[in-house]
Amino acid sequence: MQAFLKLKSGEAPSKPTSSTTILQNAKPWVEKYRPRTVTDVVEQNDVVSILEQCITGADFPNLLFYGPPGTGKTSTILAAARQLFGDIYKERILELNASDERGIQVIRDKVKNFAQLTASGVRPDGKRCPPFKIIILDEADSMTSVAQAALRRTMEKETKSTRFCLICNYVSRIIEPLTSRCTKFRFRPLKNSMIHERLALICKEENVNYDESALKTLVEKSDGDMRRAITCLQSCAKLASKGTPIDITTVSEVTGVVPDTWLEQFLTLCKNFVHYKDLQEFIRKLMLEAYASSQLLEQLNDKLVASKDLNDSQKSFIGEKIGVISFRLQEGGSEYLQLLELGLSLVKAFSLS
Amino acid sequence: MKRKDKSLKTMLWTDKYRPKELSALDYHKDQAANLKNLTKDGDFPHLLVYGPLGAGKKTRIMCLLRELYGPGVERLKMENMNFTTPSNKKLEIMTVSSNYHIEVNPGDVGIYDRVVVMDIIKNVAQSQQLNVNAQREFKVVVLTGVDNLTKDAQHALRRTMEKYISNCRLILCANSLCRVLPAIKSRCLCIRVPAPTETEIVHILQNVCKKEDLSIPVEFASKIAKKSNRNLRRALLMCEACKVEQYPFTENQNIPDPDWQIFIKKTAARILQNQNIETLSKVRENLYELITNGIPSDIIFQTLLDELVANCDMEIRLAVMEQAAMYEHRMTQGNKQIFHLEAFVAKFMCMYQNMMQEMVGEF
Ligand SMILES: Nc1ncnc2c1ncn2[C@@H]1O[C@H](COP(=O)(O)OP(=O)(O)OP(=O)(O)O)[C@@H](O)[C@H]1O
Ligand SMILES: Nc1ncnc2c1ncn2[C@@H]1O[C@H](COP(=O)(O)OP(=O)(O)OP(=O)(O)O)[C@@H](O)[C@H]1O
Ligand SMILES: [Mg+2]
Ligand SMILES: [Mg+2]
Repeated sequence: MQAFLKLKSGEAPSKPTSSTTILQNAKPWVEKYRPRTVTDVVEQNDVVSILEQCITGADFPNLLFYGPPGTGKTSTILAAARQLFGDIYKERILELNASDERGIQVIRDKVKNFAQLTASGVRPDGKRCPPFKIIILDEADSMTSVAQAALRRTMEKETKSTRFCLICNYVSRIIEPLTSRCTKFRFRPLKNSMIHERLALICKEENVNYDESALKTLVEKSDGDMRRAITCLQSCAKLASKGTPIDITTVSEVTGVVPDTWLEQFLTLCKNFVHYKDLQEFIRKLMLEAYASSQLLEQLNDKLVASKDLNDSQKSFIGEKIGVISFRLQEGGSEYLQLLELGLSLVKAFSLS
Repeated sequence: MKRKDKSLKTMLWTDKYRPKELSALDYHKDQAANLKNLTKDGDFPHLLVYGPLGAGKKTRIMCLLRELYGPGVERLKMENMNFTTPSNKKLEIMTVSSNYHIEVNPGDVGIYDRVVVMDIIKNVAQSQQLNVNAQREFKVVVLTGVDNLTKDAQHALRRTMEKYISNCRLILCANSLCRVLPAIKSRCLCIRVPAPTETEIVHILQNVCKKEDLSIPVEFASKIAKKSNRNLRRALLMCEACKVEQYPFTENQNIPDPDWQIFIKKTAARILQNQNIETLSKVRENLYELITNGIPSDIIFQTLLDELVANCDMEIRLAVMEQAAMYEHRMTQGNKQIFHLEAFVAKFMCMYQNMMQEMVGEF
């Protein structure tokens, strides 16, 4: 660590002589293609139109953004702030997220102090700008309810010169007194067509070739998460050697799709069940492949719902099981045990008929 | 020169023959080539490398770092770093670092992992890459055991990963994806490292033995590969241990099980033999002993269950498995793991006894 940190205070670096010695720090695509203006934000029309009005002078309410990862929550507020305040936007926002200490003391001191600063309606360069500051509490669902409660008073008292923007994935984790003080916007998972369009645009910018079907699969596998879609796209483009188009194999690997043969094998084994040892052996082998079990369950569920081999009562029996198991897995249950239970449940389901 | 020879002699095979470059990795070669492509541009993303125990994740990560920075990453320093929590608790954690990267297992400080992760990342992000020869403007923070990070620490990573991305990249390492928050997965390129196949392990064992001037019968190497459960590290350790035990190798040479495994098997046998309070209290002692010896509770649960279920009728297997899955899940939620292990054993005894009685009744 010593040596590692020493570089920080070390002698000034001599500038690299040619730009080829250091690979220029091109940012990953998710950052490179982060919306710069609210108009760039795809899909979230409600919030975009409200914010556009605010930028042209309408009053700016306290905001609460909620919705799944990678739908544009953080990007939207940052873009809005940049448009509202121009060059001085950094002075006018206080961004606190889950990585910052956000206990009750910080809310009392840091937030309150910032809220009490005055904000003028004119920028240093003489242009007009809104006479308030914005406090962004990103990932607010990881704040304790005590800290949230402490925020209540500040929010009420400082309405003149401060606006709040709370961002979270789960709105249920925000206490009611706060949600009722904000205008709420739900960020929807992005439609496949929107993601597709955006990815195609990025491919064009970056000179990336792709199979149409590969791109389609990539979009479907992103579950409405634009960040995931872009990260996967970049990964596909970079993992392959230069010039080869993105194909379906790369997409499957990068998005972690479980190959269908595994699912087929699993179902056959459970349907024609003979020895417990075989099932155990199979699960073990499957685990050594390290596919994400959440992905496995999802694919299995799709398959079973569509299956003609099973009647409705069998389907509902197994559907319920998959629900419980997927919950336990998320909570940290052992994959091996949960998948074994799933296997035995399938055996039972098949024998129900 | 002499000294170097000596240190090589005392090194375990697992360290001595660890490949150092992507091109030297002898399985999942396509992936290695892909990783090499990944390093060619500056816009290297955050990575999440996942796979089972001993599949070679760490080795692959080190090779990748070497590809990024050159052999300098192999000059490693081990150091204890100190941290203070907001509640003024002092923490100490072991770090391994080079001029270009730092590695830490945040789980070492338990529930305080968030503080450590944030401090390290912020430190790194603020220290510019001043080494002109570095080729990269960013440094790398390697976090291992990411699936065991608290939710708190994972949440804290989210915005941090975005904010400091221009001079700090993360390589996260986990055994499985299921405990990693979707918001984290969405920020990383996820790289799956499946366990090597038995054939691949046999091959590696043969190579290592060749370098050691030993000859190993292919049948024996296969036996080790099978027994290792496709855990390459375990296979190498087993092979080295067998060599100490008996060389020249013979085809049917005994490969000892790890002590803890034998111990759990004995415990299971006891449970199957007698289902009463006395057994239960003896079993509890055994479980305590395993836990105090540092065997992870999920491994204990899994091994025990395998032994027990193998001896059940199909009729009660699903029921037993349902109970097991439930208790195991509870175990991961609570903090007194022994209670849940014990509760499961008690439950099992009850079910097993009923099964035996019904079988007797049928005669
Ligand atoms: N609606 C959108 N329009 C265009 N790009 C988007 C949109 N949503 C997400 N993105 C892309 O995904 C990246 C991440 O988006 P952002 O940080 O706003 O997500 P978020 O909703 O805050 O997610 P999280 O809940 O995980 O914090 C952006 O950099 C951008 O590239
Ligand atoms: N490609 C390879 N060729 C030969 N040996 C390898 C290769 N990859 C890994 N090994 C050997 O396997 C052992 C285990 O690898 P490594 O430590 O990378 O596994 P890991 O996935 O990080 O394991 P864990 O999850 O248990 O920490 C190493 O000691 C190394 O010697
Ligand atoms: Mg965000
Ligand atoms: Mg490791």
